[in-house]
Amino acid sequence: MMHTKSLYQEVILDHNRKPRNYGTLEHPSHHAVGHNPLCGDRLDIALALENDRINQIAFQGESCAICKASASMMTAAVKGKSPQDAETLINEFREMAMGKLDPEQPNHLGHLTVFSGIRDLPTRVKCAILPWHTLHAALNSMTGASTETNDDLIQSVSVKTV
Amino acid sequence: MINVAEAVRKPDVPTTPFDLEKIRSDFPILNLKVNGKPLVYLDNAASSQMPQPVIDRLVHYQTAQHANINRAVHYLSEVATLEYHKARCTLQQFVNAREDREIIFTSGTTDAINLVMHGYGRKFIQAGDEIILTTLEHHSNIVPWQMLAKEKGAKIRVVPINDAGELEIDEYRKLFNERTKFVGLIHVSNALGTINPIKEMIAYAHQYDVPVLIDGAQAAPHIVIDVQDLDCDFYTFSAHKLCGPTGVGILYGKAAVLEAMQPFKGGGDMIASVTFEETIYNTIPHKFEAGTPPIAAAIGFGAAIDYLTTIGIKQIAAHESDLLEYATAQIQDIPGVRIIGTAKNKTAVLSFTIEGIHPHDIGTILNQDGVAVRTGHHCAQPVMHRYNVPATSRASFAFYNKKTEVDALMAGIRIVKKVFL
Repeated sequence: MMHTKSLYQEVILDHNRKPRNYGTLEHPSHHAVGHNPLCGDRLDIALALENDRINQIAFQGESCAICKASASMMTAAVKGKSPQDAETLINEFREMAMGKLDPEQPNHLGHLTVFSGIRDLPTRVKCAILPWHTLHAALNSMTGASTETNDDLIQSVSVKTV
Repeated sequence: MINVAEAVRKPDVPTTPFDLEKIRSDFPILNLKVNGKPLVYLDNAASSQMPQPVIDRLVHYQTAQHANINRAVHYLSEVATLEYHKARCTLQQFVNAREDREIIFTSGTTDAINLVMHGYGRKFIQAGDEIILTTLEHHSNIVPWQMLAKEKGAKIRVVPINDAGELEIDEYRKLFNERTKFVGLIHVSNALGTINPIKEMIAYAHQYDVPVLIDGAQAAPHIVIDVQDLDCDFYTFSAHKLCGPTGVGILYGKAAVLEAMQPFKGGGDMIASVTFEETIYNTIPHKFEAGTPPIAAAIGFGAAIDYLTTIGIKQIAAHESDLLEYATAQIQDIPGVRIIGTAKNKTAVLSFTIEGIHPHDIGTILNQDGVAVRTGHHCAQPVMHRYNVPATSRASFAFYNKKTEVDALMAGIRIVKKVFL
């Protein structure tokens, strides 16, 4: 049985209270808006890519604590990383949220495994994934890669690249 | 023709006093533990739970009475046809319709509204015509009319609400003109619990010869419905909010209006004769019941109505009103909590927000203690926009809820506040 209270751990609550990288960028190279029609959550992610590194990243929007903390920790995790490394994290985070990745096995997620309990709350998985999917969309606005996926969970989160 | 005793409506006078513990013992699901805690089910406006007599009725039907209806001459088909018809008569009595043929079984309220949109709207509403809806409507009474408006070039006019969540009746009156052709009106708001003064609103629309559809999904479980007294042209609700099964609901329509309408779905049972040149449609209600209907669910619906009327809708409403009063008084004492929807006349719905905490986080933490509430926009985004909130948490009480469950909700809200302190 899941332990919801353990999901609302201090680290998640802290990122919810004091979100890192919250705001906008003056000159983003990439930008996307993620939207969860189920709950009306909306997330705006902007990033500046320089020399194949995510040099700056910022997010803002209206969302639940899970989504906001996930976005905050995500921005902290991908800052300074290459888009390729960010994509690895995106994939691992999605897999973890959907219970397809065992956080005990080797991975690159680090502190992000505090979200592993979300897999027991199917209705909340989308909240945690929304920032990651939006980041994926923002990164791919450059290459024109499709954000379509066969994953139902992802499909129900609509993302617009701007 | 099936011989069913003349449907005579029994007055809503309870045969037994209200015995909460006895009632609770009728609902096996209330014994459930969620996360090790007793289930506190406060999401009744979304769907209510089913008592044992209704479960038993479904089992009996499947065990001893099932066959397809209106067709074969064999024993089971006759039994099933009769039981299905009896359910229709039970619903007829429940809403006090003049005739049983004015009751159409649909898959639910949404299906019924879509039936009216296709059957009435597409036939009688033209370019330039106006349809009046209200801010309180559920999406199911908005979207079909938008689809029609787009198709026909018709226009939708919306009745505003005040800060308490009550319709502004003066504004409603001002919306009428010679182009007004239809009114869609929710009886009780699912998001706020507001009970609308539908009788006077229907009477006003009729001064302009405008038919009125009442979405009664949230009203039928709590208010005695008399369609003749209301004089509504259509009234609809779903079984699963009345302790019945999912997948069935009814549309009441005045016989003359239903007869004038075109069919919605084509298929078996809704025809009198078919050739490739021409189809002659069946009479009402069959004209609107194409294909094999949800026979078991309809019979279960009848059993649910029997169960509720034995307790008495007025007794049910009185208990729920006590719970609402108790809950409202308590929640007002919790700092940072805002009640959304404070109409003078409302059902036992408590929609609220907590400052700085998203409703989904509230719902998830309450769930940890077994407390089930609905969080989200409640398929009523125009209401959310009116209050400038993306979503609310909503506790909705049923007659089987008790005051200690209200206490559990309040304790849960205090825990939520502590987590996010």
